[in-house]
Amino acid sequence: MTNHWVDIKNADLVLVMGGNAAEAHPCGFKWVVEAKKQRKARLVVVDPRFTRSASVADYYAPLRSGSDIAFLGGVINYLLANDKLHHDYVKAYTNASFLIDEGYSFDDGIFSGYDAAKRSYAKDTWKYQLDKEGYAKTDPTLQDPHCVFQLMKRHYGRYTPELVGKVTGTPKEQFLKVCALIAETAAPNKTMTICYALGWTQHSVGTQNIRTMAMIQLLLGNMGMAGGGINALRGHSNVQGITDMCAYSDALPGYMSAPTDADADYKAYLEKRTPKPLRPNQMNFPQNFPKWFVSLMKAWYGPAANEKNNFAYDWLPKKDGAYDVLAMFERMHQGKMNGFVCQGFNPLAAVPNKKKVGDALAKLKYLVIVDPLTTETSEFWKDHGEFNTADASKIQTEVFRLPCNLFAEETGSYTNSGRVIQWHWQAAEGPGESVSDTEVVARIFQKLKAMYQKDGGKLPEPILNLTWPYRIPSKPAPEELLMEISGKALGDVFDPKDKTKVIAKAGEQLAGFAQLRDDGSTACGNWIYGGCYSQAGNLTARRDNADPSGLGQTLNWGFAWPANRRIIYNRASCDPAGKPWDASRSVIKWLGDKWGGNDVPDMRPDAAPDEGVGPFIMTPEGVARLFAPALAEGPFPEHYEPFETPLDKNPFHPGNAKALNNPAARVYKGDMEVFGKAKDYPYVGTTYRLTEHYHFWSKHVAINAVLQPEQFVEIGEELAKEKGIAGGDRVKVSSMRGHIKAVAVVTKRIKALDVDGKKVHTIGIPIHWGFKGLAKPGFIANTLTPFVGDANSQTPEFKAFLVNIEKA
Amino acid sequence: MALQSLDIAQRSATTTPAPSVRQTSEVAKLIDVSACIGCKACQAACMEWNDIRDEIGSNVGAYDNPADLSARSWTVMRYAEVEENGRLEWLIRKDGCMHCADPGCLKACPAPGAIVQYANGIVDFHEENCIGCGYCITGCPFNVPRISKQDGKAYKCTLCSDRVAVGQAPACVKSCPTGALQFGAKEQMKDYAEHRVADLKSRGFEKAGLYDPPGVGGTHVMYVLHHADRPELYRGLPSDPSISAMVHLWKGVAKPLATVALAAVALGSLFHYVTRGPNEVSKELEDELEKEEGQ
Repeated sequence: MTNHWVDIKNADLVLVMGGNAAEAHPCGFKWVVEAKKQRKARLVVVDPRFTRSASVADYYAPLRSGSDIAFLGGVINYLLANDKLHHDYVKAYTNASFLIDEGYSFDDGIFSGYDAAKRSYAKDTWKYQLDKEGYAKTDPTLQDPHCVFQLMKRHYGRYTPELVGKVTGTPKEQFLKVCALIAETAAPNKTMTICYALGWTQHSVGTQNIRTMAMIQLLLGNMGMAGGGINALRGHSNVQGITDMCAYSDALPGYMSAPTDADADYKAYLEKRTPKPLRPNQMNFPQNFPKWFVSLMKAWYGPAANEKNNFAYDWLPKKDGAYDVLAMFERMHQGKMNGFVCQGFNPLAAVPNKKKVGDALAKLKYLVIVDPLTTETSEFWKDHGEFNTADASKIQTEVFRLPCNLFAEETGSYTNSGRVIQWHWQAAEGPGESVSDTEVVARIFQKLKAMYQKDGGKLPEPILNLTWPYRIPSKPAPEELLMEISGKALGDVFDPKDKTKVIAKAGEQLAGFAQLRDDGSTACGNWIYGGCYSQAGNLTARRDNADPSGLGQTLNWGFAWPANRRIIYNRASCDPAGKPWDASRSVIKWLGDKWGGNDVPDMRPDAAPDEGVGPFIMTPEGVARLFAPALAEGPFPEHYEPFETPLDKNPFHPGNAKALNNPAARVYKGDMEVFGKAKDYPYVGTTYRLTEHYHFWSKHVAINAVLQPEQFVEIGEELAKEKGIAGGDRVKVSSMRGHIKAVAVVTKRIKALDVDGKKVHTIGIPIHWGFKGLAKPGFIANTLTPFVGDANSQTPEFKAFLVNIEKA
Repeated sequence: MALQSLDIAQRSATTTPAPSVRQTSEVAKLIDVSACIGCKACQAACMEWNDIRDEIGSNVGAYDNPADLSARSWTVMRYAEVEENGRLEWLIRKDGCMHCADPGCLKACPAPGAIVQYANGIVDFHEENCIGCGYCITGCPFNVPRISKQDGKAYKCTLCSDRVAVGQAPACVKSCPTGALQFGAKEQMKDYAEHRVADLKSRGFEKAGLYDPPGVGGTHVMYVLHHADRPELYRGLPSDPSISAMVHLWKGVAKPLATVALAAVALGSLFHYVTRGPNEVSKELEDELEKEEGQ
């Protein structure tokens, strides 16, 4: 979330789209209810199903799963055509006026630079025109045909309400009603918040779904405002934390891009990631990348990382290809992996195409499961009848189960969706031989280190030199880890303005990332968490809910990254002169000599408004990007059909087969062949979660099992009638990849939609069942889903695929 | 029970006057259906606080689970899909004991002290006195009490009388994430409901209102409804609930006979006499009961 949970109460309009906040986040949803009760806010829900969120909404509109960009592109067109923009904001705080390379083009669904064979784009025309000093050229009148504003107008001019309706199935008047409600928040003193989740991310165009909404929020001037922002509601209780720590293959902690084979050396690696400003006077905050990186290497390797060895750069793995979850299972499926350590993860249930995942696991020599519960993955080899057909005699994989603690059995921190890091305390001892995840990892590490010490091996340095300063080496204490993550001074740290002044003495905890240095004098395990455990102690353990502004800005409750800032981009809540757009919801303001107010300013504290420092300090241009070259499939989001679509063409580009699906998405050999076609699988399947359950865990808990005991799927009344299915009947739902059986819930809440002259039915498939636990055994829903992901994040397309249904 | 004997205002099949020394204000739980998302946190909290677990059942083609109230499920959510003026609504009502000011169950109950009403309005079953006759079910206009297959006794929501007695809100209220459940003095709850009704009216629900039915003297569990003119939309919430005429007859004409019958109960010869005995009125009551059981 750019904002935070409590801030939702400050909104005038709450849009729930690409998620179902009431279902999946009932506790956070209280702030939506609060906004309705106290602020008279309106709640709008756009979803293929009339959801629990919709049950308390003021307005609901349906759309076909996988058509969000068409809908949102239509909203952009509405805002531009009806002049519902926050003009001053758009001019000052976005790249609307920036001139784009004349070679940039968009032709029938494909942007300039496309290589069909590689399914990827060369981005050399997706860039600004630069002047002699290397600054981006602009046209403040927004009239130049190459300026972002004009290009955007042209791009979304095609998204007429008629065409939008044709693609989304949303009745035109309902679409226009939603547009009108959203457009009201273009007023400087009105804000909309958007709550989304996996309903946007789990598509082959997931990242662009979210970007389209970000563009809308920028056009309306809702970014940085109280009650505004782009708010990803995270699922798993610490999934925000795991993202921040970047337990991914392509990033280092704090969203630093990890080195790859293409980075020739340390110098080239840093240079590529340390941008030059693209406009004068900008903060260009990523210019500090070397400080964050060096401090991370010092946290990991201590004295063994120094200037002589480029701070141990050579010991970092250099990525030679993709290692996301789909790529990993593809490798495993090809027999190119020996072992797999699976910690807090149940891939047999959680990764698409269960059959492929099961086959892949069977090719391993060993599989290590670290989990508090008996997961389906740990029994992938065991026959569980029709729920998991397996012949153990033919599977050689050796499976080790290491029991670990549940969250309440250990001390540590959680980071919530609102970036607030909150310390929690152990409530109970774990049962039996279970130990904390930290201890599992620490003990494996110690063993490995001893083996390397004894036997040597290829490149032992990264293991042997890892700093391990914990009091009990086999049990690093959570406090020790948080202190390391937060950062400390290894030598004295001096004030850059006065080199004689020490701001942090050697050995002290640092106050924040501003004190990090690239000379090896500081260590920090994750720069964005910098300062969460300072000399003042563990700030994540604070529980002061004092809220002097009444806006819910409880600055002494836990610690929000970055820098305890609760609303990021909050400089944009003020006009260019530093005055709040809405004085009744003032986040920060210019106080004459510095920025201050109800939040930690997202701006250099003494940057006077007339210096023209832009509020989006993480871009080298200081403004937000309506035109963004970073993403794989284009600088403007464009509607592409899901990889399994009920349509035979993209209604936006009926004549161009290349533009049917995301042209830049990666599809593996063998997976394309098992994509279904509408003639065999005519219905849109979509998977989701239920309030009563928590992924594949809570089926092990009696109360949750009582509340939702048995697997079901949801279908509309019309389809049920057509197929002779009554509520409570058992049905079989199949896709190209397999089938599941479940009880049918026949409902008015899923309606057939008229899409491009065709009637499209949706089948809703909750995911929570499996063959282990107390609830009635069920099928793994991901038996059905396709093995393809978003072109940027590789998040699988769980939300839109093709299925058929019949009475079981 | 944590509420004390001096808080008891009424006791089933008892003629002894109730104590009146202590003055207590009436409490109420307000269920704001318009803010309820049907998450079932209240059901989970009810199971946890009262330490009861129902069976792991089946899906019957709906979100309702358990599918009905039972001796071990004292509250359930009931989901209704309603189309009004071309607009779909998913009305989700938390069902359970309404804690009537004039409780039909207590009136119908032949077992002394099996059902009590506290001065704060809570109607509580004291199962140790329950003889399992099921008359409370007949007496209840909301079809709430359930007889346990395990011990043959009647069970229902206690409004967490044990929590309320020590100044705590009921477990369901405590657990409600959206504030759809509120608890406090009945007057205070009515004031709060007024604000909610005004808000709903401003959002186009012109018939929004409070459900506090006079036919049972008002209730200590009240609903804010978007369609207060048609409570039956909410999965058959009675529009004008009242105590069955049978129960009135039983308590009026047959009362002396009942007393005789209850003396027999105390001696252990049980309610066979009450039901099979020479009392015509109670025979009718029995028939009605059998009819209900058959449904």
